[in-house]
Amino acid sequence: MNETALPDDFERRLIIATQAGLPLVPRPYDLLAEQLGVSAEAVKARLAAMLESGRIRRIGAVPNHYAIGYTANGMSVWDVDDAHIARLGETIGKLDFVTHCYERPRALPDWPYNLFAMVHGHDRATVLAHIDEIAALLGTDCRRHDVLFSTAILKKTGLRIGNDG
Amino acid sequence: MSRPAPSSLDELDRRIINALQGGFPIVDEPYRQVAASLGTTETELLARIQRMLEARVLTRFGPMFQIERLGGRFVLAALAVPEERFAEVTERVNALPEVAHNYRREHALNMWFVLATETPDGIAAATRRIEADTGLKVFAFPKLQEFFVDMRLKA
Repeated sequence: MNETALPDDFERRLIIATQAGLPLVPRPYDLLAEQLGVSAEAVKARLAAMLESGRIRRIGAVPNHYAIGYTANGMSVWDVDDAHIARLGETIGKLDFVTHCYERPRALPDWPYNLFAMVHGHDRATVLAHIDEIAALLGTDCRRHDVLFSTAILKKTGLRIGNDG
Repeated sequence: MSRPAPSSLDELDRRIINALQGGFPIVDEPYRQVAASLGTTETELLARIQRMLEARVLTRFGPMFQIERLGGRFVLAALAVPEERFAEVTERVNALPEVAHNYRREHALNMWFVLATETPDGIAAATRRIEADTGLKVFAFPKLQEFFVDMRLKA
């Protein structure tokens, strides 16, 4: 159910038809069906199956986090013991102010950190308070940490497939 | 990129944003169903989604594909850009269609971007291209384990 598989032709066309967004019409799945030359039932069934299998995370809105008041965005990075990272990552990922949490490779000597947790807040002080909470949870399992605040969005487009000619 | 003022959102806008970050129904008239749950009309809901997309309060509305399950790749990468070259390097990096997001951050590694490609091979090609175009070393941080991803934020 979770394995990777390349999209079949229908799925690929469905992705291309919806990657810019779901149609803003009263019957969006009917409109997609018309565009793709299939039944609305086929469109709905495939979208439901892709949700079920995790090929679609969810159908919904992505707010610009600045626009809804989250003006501080800190990428917190932690150097933790590799032997305990699975347990520590699960703990940190459960915090409600963490929107992404990953293990990533170190790049020594420039970059000693292997656990990344993105923290959003209404201001820097809030983010820094959250960072302190994470530090307290990690305790002595963390050797050092840093937080990289974003100061500008330079680009934000998302993945686009099938339109590069 | 513009940063719309939070104050331009009214209470219904905020409830719409919060509702749309949940599971959107796969039924014949999904907007009607969501509108009913919010105590508004389908017409009003559609107009407000449209307006928030145009104002870039919403960056997107639709299915969020998990591209790695579809054979593609996402990789976080960073550059240490000399301050005097920042604008020029931004332009060169952003020119690649594989660069999906790019943020300036406060650190010696001061440019952090996400490469998104339809195939795993695309990442290495994009990395080489950026190194050739900028003369800077690309630090790639592919994820080893995903503990949690959920971009939902309460409006």
